[in-house]
Amino acid sequence: MSLENIHVETAASPRNKEGFMEGIKDCVPTLLGYLSIGLAAGVVQKTAGLSIAEIALMSLILYAGSAQFIAAGMIAASSSPTAIIITILFVNLRHLLLSAALSPYFRHLSPLRNILVGSLLTDETFGVAINQTAKTKKINESWMHGLNITAYLNWFIANIAGALLAQWISDPEKFGLEFALPAMFIGILVLSIIGRSKIKRDIAVALVAVVLTVGCSFFLSSSMGIIVATIIASTLGMAVEKWK
Amino acid sequence: MEMRWEVVLIILGAAIVTFIPRVVPLMVLSRVELPEWGMRWLNYVPISVMAALIGQEILVHDGKLTSITDNVQLLAAIPTFFIAIKTRSLLITVLSGVIFFMILRWIVY
Repeated sequence: MSLENIHVETAASPRNKEGFMEGIKDCVPTLLGYLSIGLAAGVVQKTAGLSIAEIALMSLILYAGSAQFIAAGMIAASSSPTAIIITILFVNLRHLLLSAALSPYFRHLSPLRNILVGSLLTDETFGVAINQTAKTKKINESWMHGLNITAYLNWFIANIAGALLAQWISDPEKFGLEFALPAMFIGILVLSIIGRSKIKRDIAVALVAVVLTVGCSFFLSSSMGIIVATIIASTLGMAVEKWK
Repeated sequence: MEMRWEVVLIILGAAIVTFIPRVVPLMVLSRVELPEWGMRWLNYVPISVMAALIGQEILVHDGKLTSITDNVQLLAAIPTFFIAIKTRSLLITVLSGVIFFMILRWIVY
C-alpha cells in the first residue's frame, strides 16, 4: 500500500480512535442493503407459516440471510430437519473462508475472544472489516464488535418488521431495494481493490471469480459455486503473485 | 407467541452448523503460524468472494444465466461501479446504486 493511499483515506475520515463507536458508524453504509433483505426475509418467513417468535429466534441465533430464506422455504415444504440442516451447512460453508481471511488480524486474541468476533461474521461485516485493514492495516477488537452488533440489531429489527408487514407487502422487491445488496457488494469490492496496490491482478482475479461463479451455476448449487469460484480464483491470484 | 418443537430443533441445528464455520478458522488459524503462500492465498479471498457474490446476484437467476440484454441489474451495475471508483464511499455507492436501478427499471419497463 502506498503512503498516498493512506493519506487520502485519513483525509476522508477523521482520525478517531478506531473503537466501538467508530465501528457502529462504519456499519451505516451497509444498513440499507441488509434492511431490505431482512424485510424480505421477514415477509418470506411469515408467509412460510413461521410465528413471530420463531422468526425472532431464527434471526437471532441463525443470523444468516440466504440460510433463513432456504430454511423458511424448506419448513413450508415440510422437508426433513436433517435435509434442512445439511443444506444450510453447505450454504454457510463460505464463512470458513471469510473467518480464515480475518484470522491474521486477531492473532493476539484468546480463543474465546476469537469466538465472539467470529460468531456475528457476515459477508457485509467481513467486507467492511477488510476495507478497514486497507486503511489501518489492523482491526481493532471493539471496532469489530461495534460493527457486528450494529449489523446484528439491524438484521433482527428488519426481520421482525418484515414479519409484521407481511400481511400488507406480498412482494417486497417492488420497491427497487433489491439492488441495495449487489450495490453494496460492488462498493466493497471496489474499495478493497483500490485499497491495495495490485489493481491489475485484483481485477483479473475478480473477473475469474465472476466467470467461474456463472460457469458453476450450471451444475452446482449457488452456495457451492461461490465456494469453488473463491477457492480457484484466490489460488490463481496467489500463483500469479508467486511466479512474478 | 407459539414455537413448535420441531421448528426450534431445526433452527438450533442450523444455527450450530452455521456457527462452527464462522468461528473455527478464527480460533485455529490465529494460533498457528501460516506459511507465506497461505497468507498470500487468504489475501485474495476477499476479492474473489465479493466478485463471486456480485456475479451471482447480477448474472445468475434460478441456476440460469440472466439474459444480458434484459438485465436491469447489470445495467445499473455499470454506473454503480463508476460511482464507487469516483467517490470511494460505500454509502454513496449503495444509495446511488438503488436510484440508478429504480430509474433504469422505470425506463426499461
